[in-house]
Amino acid sequence: MLGHLIGVLFDGVAYGSLLFVISIGLSVTMGLMNFVNLAHGAFAMLGGYVCVVLMTQSGVPFLAALPIAFVASAAVGMLLERTLYRRLYRATHLEQVMFSIGLVFMSIAAATWLFGPSQQPMRLPAFLRGQLSVLGVDIGIYRLFLIGVVAVITVALHLTLVRTRFGAQVRAAVDNPVAAAGLGIDVDRVFAVTFALGSGLAGLGGGLGIDVLGLDPTFPLKYVVYFLLVVAVGGAGTIKGGLVAAVVLGVADVAGKYYVPEIGAFIIYVLMVVLMIAFPAGLYGKRT
Amino acid sequence: MTTPAPAHPGAHPGVQAGAQPVLRTTGLSKHFGAFKANSDVDLAIPAGARHALIGPNGAGKTTLINLLTGVFPPTAGDVFLGDERITRLAQHERVKRGLARTFQINTLFGGLTVLESVVLAICERDGRAGVWHRTVAAQRREIDEALALLELLRLEGDANTLTRNLAYGRQRLTEIALALATRPRILLLDEPAAGIPAGESAELFAAIAGLPKDVTILFIEHDMELVFRFAQRITVLVGGRVLTEGAPAQIAADPRVREVYLGEAQHG
Amino acid sequence: MREGTATERALAGEATRGERALRLPADRWHAAEIAFWVGAAAAYFAFPNYRVLASQILITGLFAVSLDLILGYAGIVSLGHAAFFGAGAYAAGLLASHGWGEPLSGLAVAAAVAAAIGFATSFLVVRGSDLARLMVTLGIGLMLFEAANKASSITGGVDGLSGIEMWKVLGLYAFDLAGSTAYLYSLAVVFVLFVLVRRLVHSPFGLSLRGVRENVRRMPALGAPVSRRLVAIYTASAAIAGVAGALLAQTTQFVGLDTLGFPRSADLMIMLVLGGTGRLYGGLVGAAVFMTAHHYLSGINPVYWQFWLGLLLVLIVLFARGGILGALAALRDRREGRAR
Repeated sequence: MLGHLIGVLFDGVAYGSLLFVISIGLSVTMGLMNFVNLAHGAFAMLGGYVCVVLMTQSGVPFLAALPIAFVASAAVGMLLERTLYRRLYRATHLEQVMFSIGLVFMSIAAATWLFGPSQQPMRLPAFLRGQLSVLGVDIGIYRLFLIGVVAVITVALHLTLVRTRFGAQVRAAVDNPVAAAGLGIDVDRVFAVTFALGSGLAGLGGGLGIDVLGLDPTFPLKYVVYFLLVVAVGGAGTIKGGLVAAVVLGVADVAGKYYVPEIGAFIIYVLMVVLMIAFPAGLYGKRT
Repeated sequence: MTTPAPAHPGAHPGVQAGAQPVLRTTGLSKHFGAFKANSDVDLAIPAGARHALIGPNGAGKTTLINLLTGVFPPTAGDVFLGDERITRLAQHERVKRGLARTFQINTLFGGLTVLESVVLAICERDGRAGVWHRTVAAQRREIDEALALLELLRLEGDANTLTRNLAYGRQRLTEIALALATRPRILLLDEPAAGIPAGESAELFAAIAGLPKDVTILFIEHDMELVFRFAQRITVLVGGRVLTEGAPAQIAADPRVREVYLGEAQHG
Repeated sequence: MREGTATERALAGEATRGERALRLPADRWHAAEIAFWVGAAAAYFAFPNYRVLASQILITGLFAVSLDLILGYAGIVSLGHAAFFGAGAYAAGLLASHGWGEPLSGLAVAAAVAAAIGFATSFLVVRGSDLARLMVTLGIGLMLFEAANKASSITGGVDGLSGIEMWKVLGLYAFDLAGSTAYLYSLAVVFVLFVLVRRLVHSPFGLSLRGVRENVRRMPALGAPVSRRLVAIYTASAAIAGVAGALLAQTTQFVGLDTLGFPRSADLMIMLVLGGTGRLYGGLVGAAVFMTAHHYLSGINPVYWQFWLGLLLVLIVLFARGGILGALAALRDRREGRAR
């Protein structure tokens, strides 16, 4: 009984970590540029397909494919930001939503055409398969791997934000873009690099998540609610908030589906409603 | 009921000394954590007064206006409108009781015409804004009143212009029109001349001079020409506290005020 | 002292004391509007083989107009409006499949059910930021979809709800297979509701909604109870969407899960943006163009349809934000040389 609980918790935390890695880019974009980007999931999908193609067509090992997925998504993100997204920073939220839905449709169609509509099969490398016995409980090795990777990424993000000059620029721009520009911070460059970074992380998350979340052309729409939830509940533009929100959501979703499968899918929505009422600006919301 | 601050003879021509103030605060304070935006502010503004609030940047003037209008609640102290305590009242409730404000940065309805904006304000005031089954054009009384108000502020030529296409100075006037449309007892003007170059403020000055005498006016300003032209009484705010209060001539001669402003660049 | 008659003259289009006429929301029907509705009635005779498609266009157009009320006029971005459409459809469908097939009362029940759901969820929607609203509306749409899916014993689940038998409209006109009664019935209902929406949009209430959309911060400073207004319009919009859904159920005698799904909400938004938001007829125009195009292109690979639709969206946002009606208005303005 307790073993099940711990297993569920681990699954939930792993799932939540994955959501965090993918959503953190969206959170910062939202907090920094006040841009609602529903196409964020498409960058995750891109990373996933890059991994699959590299692994099946070129025999690249999984661990090597992941950084390449990161770079590919970051590059595409940078390109789109420079050419398209930046023209819409001052647009209304409706226009941003329509634009990003348009991008999502295009990406889903392209993915269907290139890869077909079904789930991509995934074979994890041998050393990541199987279970490990920890304190008498069987934990999936891949789950542990996920949690480990995300923990490292989170620490790296935190250090970047807090210790580097770029991180200080990002924090300033999130807090007050007008004042930041007045201080001589190249806000345009901060936006571009942050967007690319966020897209890259999404791509990395997409690759990491093939086994857990699945990968098919409808990925961006299937999970968009979760990404929005992490950002809305965690508060746009915060790392700590996003992490807590993602883990809470992950655990709630997994636990819900495990313990009460008939209404499991509703747990997330009920939680969303409750949290939105209690914390209208998110758990660690940015003060607007 | 505590008595209002003693009035200097002649300080408010036409207003009886000892009459109940329209707007009064007692010990009003607002702290944001350790930062004390306003501390212990006592104000008493009689009906019909033209009262200015001046002070260097960061003195807490806009915070005070936000406290008076109900944008956020005070940390301590009270606000009285007439004899009613409005300290915890919501913004739109205060407007209904006769307290209106303009914004330092134009907060207008860009996609509505000037006439539409003012008609909207008047409909909100007299409760017709919930009417859904008759057209706006059929609200004759409201339209007449709106046109009269526009004439008062010399805006009638711009009645059909979209607010976002107006010249900046006329947008400032539209700000005032919207606030006046609520038929306030007291009008709080937050830097009405903000952003208007010194040479172009004549129109604005004329509009303020033409405001109805029964509307009490409290205005924040940096433009000293405007202040000394229109204010009958001036309160000086420094570091969130009231430094001094008095007639313009007194304030101009006060060495403490001169010290606070000495070396400060004048913002037009 | 201004005369009431001077204002009347001004509103009738004459200049007043040498100034331009006053531009205020009024109730004069423009020639284009009359042409539109005459055309819609004439389509009954002109395109007898397309009556089914035509009623679908009218129904979807009404649905789009209901979204325009909250999106184009009040500025609430909603990704889950299909929830109300589907709720109305299932309400009317279940009513009929359980023995009560009277059409007009079915519409009333559907409106009530949809309005109730709208009212209940409005408190979440009117309070949040745009992001919160997006998420809440999306979430509620998904939640209702899941609910309908799970309750397949009632709703028919994936197979849909059939066995809907409608009685005669007003006791006189039976629904026929060719869709003739369905078309005239839909046209009548849509027209009546549209006239009501049109009046609302031109009223002081409509003006206050535009005020909320233009600058929500200024509204409390004018004494406006913003949340109350938004709850009212959100509920009204839900009710109208519910009627549209009920019309679909009654005229096609079938209700599928797709009436509640995200694709329907997304397609609706696209139609509205295509036609032009905040312009009253945008929903109708967008629905007509979108569904006609979909009808003629229905043979192509759905992947292509989705791709070009996405591209169209991106292009509209970048280059033609006002949609079709916006582009027409800009053309007209330029031709009349108005300096605005």
